[in-house]
Amino acid sequence: MPVSQSSSKLIYQVLKDAGVRIVSALPETWLVHVIRMAEDDDEMTLVRLAKEEEGVGISAGAHFAGVKSAMLMQNHGFLASVNGIVSCAQLYRIPLLMLITHRGEFGERDPWQTEGGGVTVPVLDALRIPHTRLESPDHVARRIQQAQTLAYSASRPVALLLCRDLMWEEA
Amino acid sequence: MKRREALEAVYPKLENCAVVTIMGAVAAELQSIGHRPNFFYLQHAMGLASSLGLGIALSRPELRVIVFDGDGSVLMNLGGLTTLARYRPRNLVHVVFDNESLLSVGGFPTATSTGTDLAGIAEAAGIPYTATVSDIDDFTRTFDHVLQSNDLATIVAKVEAVGPSGYVTDLSLLENRYQFARYLQSVQQKRG
Repeated sequence: MPVSQSSSKLIYQVLKDAGVRIVSALPETWLVHVIRMAEDDDEMTLVRLAKEEEGVGISAGAHFAGVKSAMLMQNHGFLASVNGIVSCAQLYRIPLLMLITHRGEFGERDPWQTEGGGVTVPVLDALRIPHTRLESPDHVARRIQQAQTLAYSASRPVALLLCRDLMWEEA
Repeated sequence: MKRREALEAVYPKLENCAVVTIMGAVAAELQSIGHRPNFFYLQHAMGLASSLGLGIALSRPELRVIVFDGDGSVLMNLGGLTTLARYRPRNLVHVVFDNESLLSVGGFPTATSTGTDLAGIAEAAGIPYTATVSDIDDFTRTFDHVLQSNDLATIVAKVEAVGPSGYVTDLSLLENRYQFARYLQSVQQKRG
């Protein structure tokens, strides 16, 4: 599977260094390595979800309890979480760090991913969620750290879009 | 059994717990009995109260977490029961007030009114202890039992579909949120 091991390792290490100790996730091809790393790490609590929206509640609870967390999901999982984001994370000013794989862009071969790819950014904009793209390993450390900083200073959700050029190594 | 009576019956036992409720009648009634800084009312995001409780329970295993849920909310996040069971936080008690209706939006019947068994679903999801209770003595006895057993439990409390006349209280959502977070952090500092 040509999911980038090195980018996955980098993303995981940056989350760890940023103090994230709870990761909630729903499996997605591009996230397999990052999820595995969270699972293998005794210092990290991985919560495997049935549906992504649960992760918003888990992150809110963790935040109230004083623990840093992140959500790992596909863009379709983000779309499935919208009410939780609005009615929990935004309503209650939760610094929610979302790492969203951006499926359905140029290069996408799976027909079922293509609609979501086209609406992810407009939905983020409609929700006024600050977002940026991670397209190369150079972006990873700085942009994740900056996103987390803004999430806490604004007490709001933020999104990092994990893009094909970062996550997928097939030519 | 009325939900308010059930809340009153267990109210003294909530003192050192992190309490999370759903919106609507549960939140309004618990506040009218007496708000405390360790109570958080999730005034929207139906279905996520149990997930929020799970987030607290996993973050702070030394704290006891009580979630007051409802049939309409649980039905919106049935998958959450499987996540609860999967991680089995032994410090979490999940109470579901089942009035077989969406009371605050006009009392429309939920699927529990036509036979859906939430305790049965919770048990099948893997929650280690489940019970359905329909009178106040049974409720308090079961609540005490699960507090002592130190394991994850879902108690479905069948209650009448009656509630307060209004749902908006004078506690603002953000005031409640910051007070609750400060409470959780202060008990951490005291113990740490």
